[in-house]
Amino acid sequence: MTPNHSTITLPKPEVADPVEPPAERNPKMSADKVSVFYGDKQALKDVSIKIYDDRVTAFIGPSGCGKSTFLRCLNRMNDTIPSARVTGKIELDGEDITSTAMDVVQLRARVGMVFQKPNPFPKSIYENVAYGPRIHGLSSSKSELDGIVESSLKRAGLWDEVKDRLSESGTALSGGQQQRLCIARAIAVDPEVILMDEPCSALDPIATAKIEELIHELRGRYAIAIVTHNMQQAARVSQRTAFFHLGVMVEYGKTSEIFTNPREQRTQDYITGRYG
Amino acid sequence: MNSAAPNRWTGDAMRKRVRRRYSSERWFHAVGLGAVALSVLFLAFLLTTMAAKGLGGFTQYEARLPIDFAQSDLFLDPATLRGPDAAQTVAGADIEGALSKAAAAAYGPTAEELFSDAAVNKLSDAIVANPDILKGQSTLWLPVSSKVDIAAKKSGDDKSEALVNALEQRQSLRRTFNTGFLTASDSTDPSAVGVWGALKGTFFTILVTMLLAFPIGVLAAVYLEEFAPRNRWTDMIEVSINNLAAVPSIIFGLLGLAVFLNTMNLTRSAPIVGGMTLALMTMPVIVIAGRNAIKTVPPSIRDAALGVGASKMQVTFHHVLPLALPGILTGTIIGMARALGETAPLLMIGMRAFVAAPPHGISDPATVLPVQIFLWSDEVDRGFVEKTSAAIIVLLLFMLAMNGLAIYLRNRFEQRW
Repeated sequence: MTPNHSTITLPKPEVADPVEPPAERNPKMSADKVSVFYGDKQALKDVSIKIYDDRVTAFIGPSGCGKSTFLRCLNRMNDTIPSARVTGKIELDGEDITSTAMDVVQLRARVGMVFQKPNPFPKSIYENVAYGPRIHGLSSSKSELDGIVESSLKRAGLWDEVKDRLSESGTALSGGQQQRLCIARAIAVDPEVILMDEPCSALDPIATAKIEELIHELRGRYAIAIVTHNMQQAARVSQRTAFFHLGVMVEYGKTSEIFTNPREQRTQDYITGRYG
Repeated sequence: MNSAAPNRWTGDAMRKRVRRRYSSERWFHAVGLGAVALSVLFLAFLLTTMAAKGLGGFTQYEARLPIDFAQSDLFLDPATLRGPDAAQTVAGADIEGALSKAAAAAYGPTAEELFSDAAVNKLSDAIVANPDILKGQSTLWLPVSSKVDIAAKKSGDDKSEALVNALEQRQSLRRTFNTGFLTASDSTDPSAVGVWGALKGTFFTILVTMLLAFPIGVLAAVYLEEFAPRNRWTDMIEVSINNLAAVPSIIFGLLGLAVFLNTMNLTRSAPIVGGMTLALMTMPVIVIAGRNAIKTVPPSIRDAALGVGASKMQVTFHHVLPLALPGILTGTIIGMARALGETAPLLMIGMRAFVAAPPHGISDPATVLPVQIFLWSDEVDRGFVEKTSAAIIVLLLFMLAMNGLAIYLRNRFEQRW
């Protein structure tokens, strides 16, 4: 272990996935030596990680460590930033998503995303949820679409609160409701993976608790990757945790192990609150 | 502490400072109020002078005229006036002569010039509508000539005023609403002029401008803001568009003259050419306003739509454009209002011609309201003074109606969420 943590020069990460994957299961998504550059600046260095079905994977680390950047690689949202360049290989069910053959529109339907700030469309609650299924042509009739909207809102735990006012604007909901509406919008297109980029950072504790509960419930259906600042949250909701620091993934393993018995000194320092 | 600055909140120096801050605030408040009051004053002055001068243009004096057609030299046979050529036949007759003869017979020799074109038109219409009046004697109310009209409105010459007095004594003069001003077109006789032709020309011209400038401007803004790569070319285009928005309008007129008339050989004086020229002028304004409106759409909305798998095109047309539309419409209103009041470029492409017939389409010779106002303000005949002011009122109302419609549309789009 390096005694002086303030030195920035980090060794090449040699962290492999130490948690034995279930032998019969392939990872849902896997990243292999992914690096991201914004112009000349390297934001992410050789990150390799595997994400499994019905597990919640948390990415933790201090601000600017590259965890959100990495998350955005998983559904190629970094494409929208002109200066961003991604190298390495990312696979979804063994299919390379970084190749030009991958249709990015379909990818984002399969890998949904929930953002830091609740960002419902300034349209009705119904339209918010129905938008995804509609553009992908997932329903053949109005009643089928109604069904998708209802089941998505139910799964997001919002149905009882909004069922009488589906035509009201989505932006009129409270912050926590808006974020659950965004989750409903994401699951309406029936994705395989849901990426959450600090979904609770703009919410109060009660709304946060509801979202965390919801993450527990969604776990069985989707692979979930969540970026969070809040270590307690990572400990509560995730089964696996990856610790990022200065663009490098320092450690990845079972959440219980990361929080009780980290192998790296830097992880130890971060989770005990010595920096970050 | 021995700093020179006051450091106690309750000290005199600090209190003085606070007082100064409040007094500067009050001062600014007063200046702002003064500025608003001054502009309200100017507006009120403009509107009252406009109304005082122009409202007279909407009324017209009519004189009663007993006319015995049997005594006149019209030589029109009612029987020949049943066909479709009736109007032409009547136009061939010397109605004006008959009128001055009848007027002189009724009110003395000074009344020979009591009537002019407007009365001729009205009498002709009456004869065509009912040829049987030619068989006998009848009494008609006919619009008086412009000279008598302004004398009746208390600003004419002595001779006409004497005539007006004589008519009034015999109760043969009345004031009516000048429907002709709204239904007729340009004429050399101020008593017969109207704004209908110019209004129609304005409508067609603005229609062409809107149909060209709005979609092209908005799509250009969308492309530049959402799709175009950021490089030297787009920078150059941006600079050019900003410069175009500041180019004096007469230069666009020259451009229209050179390109649309001389090179493409389109019709001179036609609304289509005027509309295209004004579209060139308006487009940069719409592009700039559109880009600004699109820029204010929060990126989180784009992320949200991309996140559920919308394509770039769907993001733009389902989310960004509807959110930017109120802003785009505001810019369009400003651009259209400018185009509506534009005179100079239209002079260059020949829309200043004397057009006595209202246009029936975008390729008929026409003129527009601002140019019509310009032309009338140049006329020597004093009868045109109030017609000019009246036309200005019509133009302002037209503009008000258009802006009101645009604001209504904008609010409607805003209320959708």
